Amino acid sequence: MSRLKLFIPVFVFLAMAVMLWRGLYLDPRTLPSVLIDKPLPEFALPTVELGDRVMGKADLPDEPFLLNVWGSYCLPCLQENPILMAAAEKNVVPIVGVNYKDKLNLAQAWLDDNGSPFEFSILDENGRLGIDLGVYGAPETFVVDGQGVIRYKHIGVIDYKAWDEEIMPAVEQVRAEAGQ
Amino acid sequence: MMSGMWKTGALFLALVLWSAPALMPEGTGSGAAYAAVDTFEFETDEQQRRFRRMSDEFRCPMCQNTSLTGSNGGVAEDLRREIYLMIMDGKTDEEIEQFMFERYGDFVFYRPRLMWQTLLLWFGPLLFLLLGGWIIVGIVRRAQQNKVQEQVVLNEEEQARLRKLLDTVKDSD
Repeated sequence: MSRLKLFIPVFVFLAMAVMLWRGLYLDPRTLPSVLIDKPLPEFALPTVELGDRVMGKADLPDEPFLLNVWGSYCLPCLQENPILMAAAEKNVVPIVGVNYKDKLNLAQAWLDDNGSPFEFSILDENGRLGIDLGVYGAPETFVVDGQGVIRYKHIGVIDYKAWDEEIMPAVEQVRAEAGQ
Repeated sequence: MMSGMWKTGALFLALVLWSAPALMPEGTGSGAAYAAVDTFEFETDEQQRRFRRMSDEFRCPMCQNTSLTGSNGGVAEDLRREIYLMIMDGKTDEEIEQFMFERYGDFVFYRPRLMWQTLLLWFGPLLFLLLGGWIIVGIVRRAQQNKVQEQVVLNEEEQARLRKLLDTVKDSD
């Protein structure tokens, strides 16, 4: 017994080493979203594209869709735009934008320059909808089901890997559940 | 014997005092510089105090290592505005905390809420204090036992044996 006691420091060291080693590979930027499986918040906001028309939850697609938070100031949004564009052109999944803390004219110019993958973009100039969505910076992408319930959240840029391994599987799963 | 006990007691007390701040987290102690200048008007000092306290205790979701007070990030600015509006709207602290929790989760609390997942966080220091005290008491007890053993008086038979042993050593010289 007392022999074993001598090894306590070694065990403590090993336990700490394992935890710190794991900590090296955790991404501190991915916060678990508390909004998963919660319905989208209510809103009544105009859009970038449709002039004065005010949109609400009822105007969102009634099939699974992506809600992509973007801004003209956001470089990663530019980076993921081609992936979203390709998906929109092939009608893979509807994409609705949330233009987060941006200026209308800048947002319109960005869409003109880079192309719009969005059905429309909700104009969230003061970031109030963003707060209700638990957003802390563009880009963030939600997978929403046909009932308007948030089912998955991706934080940061969508690259091909994230698209193939996270976004599309989440969409497929939501579709499969809806089909049952 | 007595002085040993006194030393243990003093050491234990020192440990308690030293770790006391960890047992009673008061504010975040971040002493965050007031990075942003907001022009919020309050009706009462109480409202302003609550605003200050809450902006200090909520963590900025974007910049991660600063409070809302210390952050210039866009979302921090928005959240300060929301807190201000809620205070002016007569919302209680609990309602505002709930508002933040529903959107950003436990992450935003610099002062973690007391739940079973955070028990170790809250009472870990106390646990280590007790563990340390237990170890110190153990060490001191053992030292005292050793001292007692040193003072053991030999009985006559043992004295005779000792003398005999010493004699053999002398003889071999």
